[in-house]
Amino acid sequence: MSVIEIKNLTKKFEVEGNTVIALEDINLSIEKGDIYGIIGMSGAGKSTLVRSINYLEKPNEGSVLIDGINLSELKEKELRKMRAQIGMIFQGFNLLEQRNVIGNVCFPLELAGTPKNEARARARDLLKLVKLEDKERSFPSQLSGGQKQRVAIARALATNPRILLCDEATSALDPQTTTSILDLLKEINESIGITIVVITHQMSVVTEICDKVAIIDRGKMVESGSVEEIFTAPKSDAARELISGKDIRYTPVKQLNTQKTIRIVFKDNSAYEPVLANAVLKLGRPINILKADTQNIGGKAVGEMILGLPNDDDPADEIITYLKESGLSVTEVVNNE
Amino acid sequence: MNEQVISMLAEGIKDTLYMTLGSVIIGYVIGLPMGIILYVTGKTGLRPNHYIYRVGDFICNIIRSIPFLILLILLIPFTRLIVGKSYGSTATIVPLVICAAPYIARVVEASLNEVDTGVIEAAKAMGATNLQIVLKVLLVEARTSLIAGFTITTGILLGYSAMSGTVGGGGLGDIAVRYGYYRWQTDIMIITVLLLIVIFQIIQMVGTRVATGLDRRKRKGN
Ligand SMILES: Nc1ncnc2c1ncn2[C@@H]1O[C@H](COP(=O)(O)OP(=O)(O)OP(=O)(O)O)[C@@H](O)[C@H]1O
Ligand SMILES: [Mg+2]
Repeated sequence: MSVIEIKNLTKKFEVEGNTVIALEDINLSIEKGDIYGIIGMSGAGKSTLVRSINYLEKPNEGSVLIDGINLSELKEKELRKMRAQIGMIFQGFNLLEQRNVIGNVCFPLELAGTPKNEARARARDLLKLVKLEDKERSFPSQLSGGQKQRVAIARALATNPRILLCDEATSALDPQTTTSILDLLKEINESIGITIVVITHQMSVVTEICDKVAIIDRGKMVESGSVEEIFTAPKSDAARELISGKDIRYTPVKQLNTQKTIRIVFKDNSAYEPVLANAVLKLGRPINILKADTQNIGGKAVGEMILGLPNDDDPADEIITYLKESGLSVTEVVNNE
Repeated sequence: MNEQVISMLAEGIKDTLYMTLGSVIIGYVIGLPMGIILYVTGKTGLRPNHYIYRVGDFICNIIRSIPFLILLILLIPFTRLIVGKSYGSTATIVPLVICAAPYIARVVEASLNEVDTGVIEAAKAMGATNLQIVLKVLLVEARTSLIAGFTITTGILLGYSAMSGTVGGGGLGDIAVRYGYYRWQTDIMIITVLLLIVIFQIIQMVGTRVATGLDRRKRKGN
């Protein structure tokens, strides 16, 4: 049984007489221990989706099941209990400014009526876990962004939740701090087996920690699967755009029209061979490198390139066949102007 | 200055403080819950309720648009009903409270509106009840602003309590009117005015101290 199951979820907002469809017919299963990425551009509906998982946002249609329990069937009180078992962290940290660090971490325990001593002891353990044991008496205004997010993580874990929802948890942080927070999340996932849902608009966050990913584009889920699968062979425009940047989808450069454009991904073994050079030498045709990049996917360095090939079909096909034979993953980039 | 005047002034100070503090406390007993209800039932509140909000909003606006002196006179029958007489410092507390409560409600509502919605969202996500959100999040996070509002309200009520002196309300205002205006004893009037200024300053100073002392947002180092 999936930890989180979303079935045919649709969410609409009424804004001044107009209906905005924020999410349409979303289906998603998240298994225990997954680090599941949900990625999409701004306004795609990511926050609405993650807020549906703990029913802060009630769907118009469809259902959300947590461990098989349909949230729509819960009474208000049971729903609050369920929420306490789902931790959540935010882009803006959302700490209580008037409480110190340990007070913040104790807060959810206080809401649940945990005795004070017990709560403090638990909070101290968690502060150790997020490496902030020396800051327990500081106030949020005295902490850096990364430290604030660590407090938020400790707070979200206080009630021993089975699920941790992260809504753009690293979007307000610099790259280095982002990495340290992502590492912490990964560590927590591995040590306590908590299921983590990561909302982001950055592919790098997904490739860094997620096992699986769903791509949301304008309220619809256009693609989902393992990160490796989607990174090497993206099927949807939205996925390609998130992976390789906007240029591919919206501004197919004029010169590309005279060329066939393909995207290749180097798997670990192929990175050692001069595949491109070989292809050029062997087939005697020019290959134009339009873009090249390396990314870290699940700890492995994976390279990607966008290539322009001669436009006449035969040699281009030859090149593609050759590249495929050399163990590269090749996808054609469609010019959808 | 003879002893009689001094004891009269001391009595005046006592009455003024009694009226001011009495009305501000009772005003908050009514106005604070009213402000919370306005916040909670407001459009973006914890439990939006158009009808309750509109009723509360209407009452607040109506009362606040009546000048205090007129309210004082309009309320004479009501005051008599509650206190038994319509003059003296206890009687003055009635119109002061009626005047202050809607004002306090508005000030409280504004303070609560300042609380970051993200923090409320986080509390909801932790499974907090609305009551817990009000008591443990809103009132605590907004406390600096609430205390600032309390201080301003107290200052205003001090002024209004003096104003009520013109219709026999007691306190320093009463003394100022009786001696300064009717008997032309300017010295006594000046002293009462000075005393009012000093009291006002003390209220403001204590309020600001308490508010900044309790604020954990700006304190650096530790
Ligand atoms: N409470 C609301 N009332 C009306 N419209 C809303 C509300 N919440 C979200 N929307 C609309 O739903 C759509 C999806 O919003 P959402 O916040 O889920 O996007 P997002 O993917 O999280 O974007 P971002 O990356 O900018 O955070 C947007 O068009 C937004 O305007
Ligand atoms: Mg969002």
